[in-house]
Amino acid sequence: MNLATPTRHDEAWRYSDIAAVEAAWPLPAPESIIVPAGAQFARTINQDSGAIHQLDIAIGKGAAAAVHILNVGGSYGRVELNVTLHEGADFKLGAVQIGGGMQTLEIVTTVTHLEPKATSSQIVRSVLAGTATGTYLGKVAVARDAQLTDSVQSVKAMLLDRSATANAKPELEIYADDVKCAHGCAIGELDPMGLFYLQARSIAPADAKKLMLQAFVAGVFEGAADEEVLTDAALKKLGDLV
Amino acid sequence: MMDDKTIMLEIKNLHANVGEKPILKGLTLSLGAGEIHAIMGPNGAGKSTLGYVLSGRPGYEVTEGSVTFNGQDLLDLEPHERAAAGLFLGFQYPVEIPGVSNVQFLREALNAQRKNRGEAPLSGAEFLKVAREQAGALGMDMDMLKRPVNVGFSGGEKKRNEMVQMGIIDPALAILDETDSGLDIDALRIVGDGINRIMRKPDKAVLLITHYQRLLDYVKPDFVHVLADGRITRTGGAELALELERDGYKELAA
Repeated sequence: MNLATPTRHDEAWRYSDIAAVEAAWPLPAPESIIVPAGAQFARTINQDSGAIHQLDIAIGKGAAAAVHILNVGGSYGRVELNVTLHEGADFKLGAVQIGGGMQTLEIVTTVTHLEPKATSSQIVRSVLAGTATGTYLGKVAVARDAQLTDSVQSVKAMLLDRSATANAKPELEIYADDVKCAHGCAIGELDPMGLFYLQARSIAPADAKKLMLQAFVAGVFEGAADEEVLTDAALKKLGDLV
Repeated sequence: MMDDKTIMLEIKNLHANVGEKPILKGLTLSLGAGEIHAIMGPNGAGKSTLGYVLSGRPGYEVTEGSVTFNGQDLLDLEPHERAAAGLFLGFQYPVEIPGVSNVQFLREALNAQRKNRGEAPLSGAEFLKVAREQAGALGMDMDMLKRPVNVGFSGGEKKRNEMVQMGIIDPALAILDETDSGLDIDALRIVGDGINRIMRKPDKAVLLITHYQRLLDYVKPDFVHVLADGRITRTGGAELALELERDGYKELAA
């Protein structure tokens, strides 16, 4: 294990708030989760206090794991997942990060398809205002034996101010030859014509923005055990930003 | 002459730019309560610009002149305040808003209006009743109202949706920008009937922006104006529209 404090030269920490990382260093060992063959696992991470979460998740043959993340709190919040999939396993990630002010928020994933026929899906939505920075680094690695891998990454960020920053890096490393790895990535602003349309129907600017942002993050928490809690917390944070 | 009380919208010597370009160049027009006015004119005359300027679209800058709406300085209000005060713009190209359902959007819109009038917000059930009535009157499926705003709607469905919105919001003044474009003959009749039903009232007024006479067969205007090069160049009764249809704008510009 490398115990040296990370620097910007470490790819996985390149956009981090290094001062905050140094203050938190050394980190405790990552939480290790083993999902036995055929089992189901679900976890919700509501990062609302400026913490660094690190999880190692090994998903056994035919097992499934779902992780839902709301990354909103503190000046620096990071959730790091290191996921390994065995034969026919399934991994789902639904993540929303919403940042304003000078916040730095990150979601960093490594999803390794070790064996054949495993599936993974990652949906990440970021909403950023002020001079906040939101980062998603997502690596999908497919081992030589992991034929018939099916993997999807959908990454979108919405910038509410020109001074905010979104980093998105879906990354593929594929050694098998019969796989499906889709990735989509978009960074944009709220459609001004849509905002005007809502205002022309008497909806105040802040409410119009909130309505559109609510739509932007909708569905990400679908299937989470505490879907309502996460959605309400996300809406509250969006309300603070607009 | 009308006395002041009956004047609903009064536009005086309105000049407006889009970007650096002057589009409206001294437009003067009065709408009295209970009246339907049609504005016709060639492409690029400034018809849509007028609708956007009145509703406050960003980027449309008034450089001179005044607009009062029920005695209030309209240009001093934000777009949502104008709408809450009773002005409705029917968009020529209704905007798609992915992820936001019509029902949610319209309930927020109606409740913003009610708040402005000092009325209590409608509950979900009360709202659905109003929405069902209006959608039914315009032959629109409730399922469509549950879908995201205008997403995947055909041109005609979008225009019909504008009318459903107008029915639910029940504005005092409607500016309808080419609401007739993209409609087949049956839909044109339904939309025309909708305009009459919702807006043909003594305390309301309509400004119909159109290229063609055909909508005016269903919604009979009290006045027809020709808008050319940023101002009103001619005003007449309903017969003026027929004359335009026959002779074209070229004759009139002379």
